[in-house]
Amino acid sequence: MVTLTAIRTFNIPIQAPCITPENFADKTIAELKKLPLTEGNRNVTLGDLFKIEQSPTETPNIILNGDLSKVKRVGQAMKSGEIVINGNIGMHTGEKMAGGKIVVNGNAGGWTGSEMKKGAIEIHGDGGDYIASPYRGNDLGMKGGLITIDGNVGTDVGCHLKGGIIKIKGSAGRFLGYHMTDGVIYVEKDCDVRAGACMTGGKIVIGGALEILPSFTIDSVKPKVKVDDSTNIVGPFYVFLGDRSERGVGKIFANKVANPALKFYEKYL
Amino acid sequence: MTEILIKNGFVVDPKNKINCEKMDIAIKDNKIVKKVNDKNAQIIDASGLTVMAGGVDIHSHIAGAEVNTGRIIRPEDHYKDPVRKTPITRAGTGYSIPSTFVTGYRYAAMGYTSVFNGSIAPMKAKHAHEELNDIPLLDKGTYILTGDWWFVLENLAKGNIDECARLVAWLIHSTRGYAIKVVNPGGLESWGFGRNVHSIDDQVPNFCITPREIMRGLIKVNKKLNMPHTIHLHTNNLGVPGNYQTTLDTMKALEDLSTDGKPVAHITHVQFCSFKGENWRKFKSGAEDIAKYMNNHTHMTLDMGQVTFSDTTTMTADGPFEFSLYELGGHLKWVNSDVETESSGGIIPFHYKRNSPVSALQWSIGLELALLINDPWKIFMTTDHPNGGPFYDYPKVLAWLYSKKAREATLKKCHKSARKKSLLPSIDRELSLYEIAIMTRAGTAQALGLPNKGHLGVGADADVAIFNINPETLDIAQKYRTARKAFANAVYTLKDGIIVAKDGQIVNSQVPGRTIWVDAQTKDPCRIDDDMKRKFKEYWTIEYENYPVTDHYVKISDKLAIKASV
Repeated sequence: MVTLTAIRTFNIPIQAPCITPENFADKTIAELKKLPLTEGNRNVTLGDLFKIEQSPTETPNIILNGDLSKVKRVGQAMKSGEIVINGNIGMHTGEKMAGGKIVVNGNAGGWTGSEMKKGAIEIHGDGGDYIASPYRGNDLGMKGGLITIDGNVGTDVGCHLKGGIIKIKGSAGRFLGYHMTDGVIYVEKDCDVRAGACMTGGKIVIGGALEILPSFTIDSVKPKVKVDDSTNIVGPFYVFLGDRSERGVGKIFANKVANPALKFYEKYL
Repeated sequence: MTEILIKNGFVVDPKNKINCEKMDIAIKDNKIVKKVNDKNAQIIDASGLTVMAGGVDIHSHIAGAEVNTGRIIRPEDHYKDPVRKTPITRAGTGYSIPSTFVTGYRYAAMGYTSVFNGSIAPMKAKHAHEELNDIPLLDKGTYILTGDWWFVLENLAKGNIDECARLVAWLIHSTRGYAIKVVNPGGLESWGFGRNVHSIDDQVPNFCITPREIMRGLIKVNKKLNMPHTIHLHTNNLGVPGNYQTTLDTMKALEDLSTDGKPVAHITHVQFCSFKGENWRKFKSGAEDIAKYMNNHTHMTLDMGQVTFSDTTTMTADGPFEFSLYELGGHLKWVNSDVETESSGGIIPFHYKRNSPVSALQWSIGLELALLINDPWKIFMTTDHPNGGPFYDYPKVLAWLYSKKAREATLKKCHKSARKKSLLPSIDRELSLYEIAIMTRAGTAQALGLPNKGHLGVGADADVAIFNINPETLDIAQKYRTARKAFANAVYTLKDGIIVAKDGQIVNSQVPGRTIWVDAQTKDPCRIDDDMKRKFKEYWTIEYENYPVTDHYVKISDKLAIKASV
């Protein structure tokens, strides 16, 4: 296990794609200290920014301490192992992740789990914008894995989602699941406007209030919905199909009790 | 005054019939001369290396409104290929639509020194010139979309060739263009009304004219103006299965216009117009028919428009074609427009995948055409950057042309359609360095009417590319990877007698390159009457007075003055 503690507060963005379990394996402290990072436009080393300690325990592989909201790309393309972050973390955490686990005991920045294929990310705080979404303009969405967020998330979460599960215990911002083709997004509380815009497949489950786009059509009312193998959410739920402007057959499950405004759809059933 | 002597290189200069001969090339200032004083001259030791003229690219979309819109809609494209600044070069981004500076650097690293921009709508010319100014290390020119310009359509419909010629001369002068570009003649005008033309004899709405008449008319105009290049033609029905027939019809329709056996039209990215079959399922290669026709006729030149299997961005003035591509490609993001009274345009990101039957066959069609047409002076190497693939895939395309082994290696990884539905696996032809020099330099320069480019004879521009290929010891067909690397990283690139790249790295980025444009001087000036000005006022968003590109837009201007015969 390697523990990294921030020596000072970081004011300038730091690119740290080198912090992955694979990269840290079998390295001595002296070698770890030399790993390259950039701080703003300067090249620095891991030893310049972090106090590095090693201990013989196996898991988690890496622990990061301190306010790291300026540190980007931690755990990029990691395939196995576990990273625990005690504090806030910056953007692109766990980008292109293909396995392993990241636990954030704080808030996570934008693009967390972007282009993720496998593995798990737990955020015990709030999530930023573009969680599990590809970089702007791209359509390489998350393909698999699990992201759980205890707090709220920002806008554009789960864009171009192609698989995997995102569970949000708080509420979500605009354009949730924009252009998604498969996979599941579950939001326990409310959701801002335009959920599921351009979606062509997959499932969005909203426990709280939401607005439905006019390009969605009501399909049925269901008593409960399955989010994953072990989780069934009890409703009842209005089921909407869409986005019909893209000839999509994605499903939005909107809680009937929390959405009295959607009652008028019942006459079309 | 600088003098350079390139010593002992194997010179490949098809225009002067020099094939891998060991000789010296002398340069004084920015021209190639007979000899220089050995003592004063800077010596470049080229022993064991191949020396060619700087590359001339006949068709590549490097500047203009659609290129820039392509950049705007594809942030993810730049994200995967950032280019850092060095003490010499500026930062930028690459992949399918590189930023202006990166375009210059990457072309120069491959030994290219002149590039001609595929198309711009006349009213977007100012933008294009601002971008061309920013592309370093290259001589540039741009083709002007003339085929659907309202004044051209009106005058051709009336059969008024002389008046049309004067208008075109005014247009080329006002836009600082190099040649007449015709894209889907008639189709772009129809697209303004949501329609298209599907053969060369369809009527264009509101104008009483057919694509055949537009093409023939503009060739006559081109001849009257004595333009250096032929008309640059993008055929009707591009990218539609079965369109090889339209292409053949087009070629046949222009046959009688060539009186002296010289080319009268250049069909660009011909790969996209050589499709056989009724629909995409029955899609087959029509390359054989086109090649057979080309082998028996001399009135056309072609360029390949090779597909290179990459995640690229298609962009063309052919709006209706881009719309069909959007329908085909699964409703991705796209841009489509009708450029007022002049043209249309469309942009769609497109990924040519090896395992896609259509992409794999497109790849083989391009190569079939280049290999089945016997005379390399008739077909040139391009990828129609970025439509078939980015220009820095040229070394890959060359490898497929000079090595059957390279083709076999790619065929193995491709969808079986490339093997089954085309002749490519049965073609044994492997191009020599001499033929490659024709397809990338000598031929293109001749087709463009540039007497000082594409060769190394006395008086030519001192644009030289030196590659690490020893024709005596290296069998490029067998060791195609070594040669491919050599073509990607020129040992030296000289632009105007200055070494700009060395071993694929830019060593001097301060050579701006000229913008070459044609000033066709007509005997009578173009009649610009109140009616024309009124039309500008009513139908254009730009007024007549603001329409022309003024001199200060072109930073380093190289005017090619010609005497027209009208």
